[in-house]
Amino acid sequence: MNESRYVYTVTELTRHIRIILEDCFPIIWVEGEISNLRKPISGHIYFTLKDENSAINAVIFRSEEMGINFELEDGQKVLCGGKITVYEKQGIYQLQVERIEPLGIGSLQLRLEQLKKKLKEEGLFDPQHKRPIPLFPRHIGIVTSPTGAAIRDILKVIKKKSYNVEVTINPVRVQGELASLEIARAIEEFNQMKDLDVLIVGRGGGSLEDLWAFNEEIVARAIYNSKIPVISAVGHEIDWTIADLVADVRAPTPSLAAEMVVGEKERFIERLSNNKIRLQRTMEHKLSSWRMELDNLITRLNIYKPTQLLEHYKENLKEISLKISTYLLHLLEINKEKISGLMSRLENLNPLTILKKGYSLTYKLPEHTIIREANILKKNDLIETKLFKGKVISRVEEVLENG
Amino acid sequence: MGELKFESAIKRLEEIVEELEKENVSLEDALKKYEEAVKLIEFCSKKLEEVERKINILVRTEDGKLEKRPFEEEVEE
Repeated sequence: MNESRYVYTVTELTRHIRIILEDCFPIIWVEGEISNLRKPISGHIYFTLKDENSAINAVIFRSEEMGINFELEDGQKVLCGGKITVYEKQGIYQLQVERIEPLGIGSLQLRLEQLKKKLKEEGLFDPQHKRPIPLFPRHIGIVTSPTGAAIRDILKVIKKKSYNVEVTINPVRVQGELASLEIARAIEEFNQMKDLDVLIVGRGGGSLEDLWAFNEEIVARAIYNSKIPVISAVGHEIDWTIADLVADVRAPTPSLAAEMVVGEKERFIERLSNNKIRLQRTMEHKLSSWRMELDNLITRLNIYKPTQLLEHYKENLKEISLKISTYLLHLLEINKEKISGLMSRLENLNPLTILKKGYSLTYKLPEHTIIREANILKKNDLIETKLFKGKVISRVEEVLENG
Repeated sequence: MGELKFESAIKRLEEIVEELEKENVSLEDALKKYEEAVKLIEFCSKKLEEVERKINILVRTEDGKLEKRPFEEEVEE
């Protein structure tokens, strides 16, 4: 027997144990309570995970620590994901933690992560699948509890805006076992009704457990398959449910979902009335300025109307003729003496005046030319002599050239 | 489609208003544009007021069919 005994070295044994352990527990989830938490300068985190009866050493290496989104502390119940490793130098085994979550929501979170991953791979969250929300939905379908805060908030917004829109509520439970089934069915029922423009699917805020129905696969698929665009409105601003990820649009709260469906309309009404006012104002302004221009033109036209023009000319003429006569009178006045002088000179030049003094004019007949020199006459020529009063016709007796 | 028309209608309206607000528009042009604008406003207003406000809740009847009934708010505190 002694000869057949196989003697391990410590190293061999430890390595063997290590191989067996690590093979048996490659990926495991284990829940327990944190105790003896240590964070040395190395950056790794060491603690003991224990329950009522047992304990296991656990380590979180610094590279893994980045993924922890909560503060670790002694006494905290946690769910750890990781593998068993053996530290050969000291012959101890430990849990090498790669994922750690506070217990309670931890397992839900895990399911959530798993479902998220699956649906994402299937393309349920693809942006190209998302449809736009219609600008003016006429008929809004709401899938929520008829007695919850969500419906109250949604209706408050819709009533406040007082827009004409038809709202149909498909009442469902929003938490508990049957909630997800009811929500999914309600979405399908709305799709069968065919006259809806948009759906709001949601509830007020709550814990992860409260919101759980909105993380269920059946709801995700109903939203994905809906022909009507869906707005998710799960009242939780920070965490996205799967419904949020699948929905065409995610509203952080039910009120905001309502704003999304009627808000656009409000903006359009504002835009419209704004433009109406501007149009009216600019037209009034324009018309009044045109009116003024027109009035101005009419006044100017009246001035130059033909009758007006004639009057104007008449007036002008009157004025001119008055001016002329005044000028003439003035002229006459000035020239009175000059004129009387001229008149007397004319008087002097009048041949009759000379005849009056006893001079006479003699004409040769029958030519009736004035005789200035005697030598143009001969004996027996007829002559006419014009006196101041009357004429004498005589016959020449003798011509004396130097007489 | 209706929305697209609405969107382009309101854009056209905004264009017209801006054009009219410029000083150098002729009277004839302005009146023509004004007429168009009034028509656009009528179209948009009509579009916005097409629906009557109704709030209904679906109620399951005994034979499993869904029926619309006016919704009365009864909020649990």
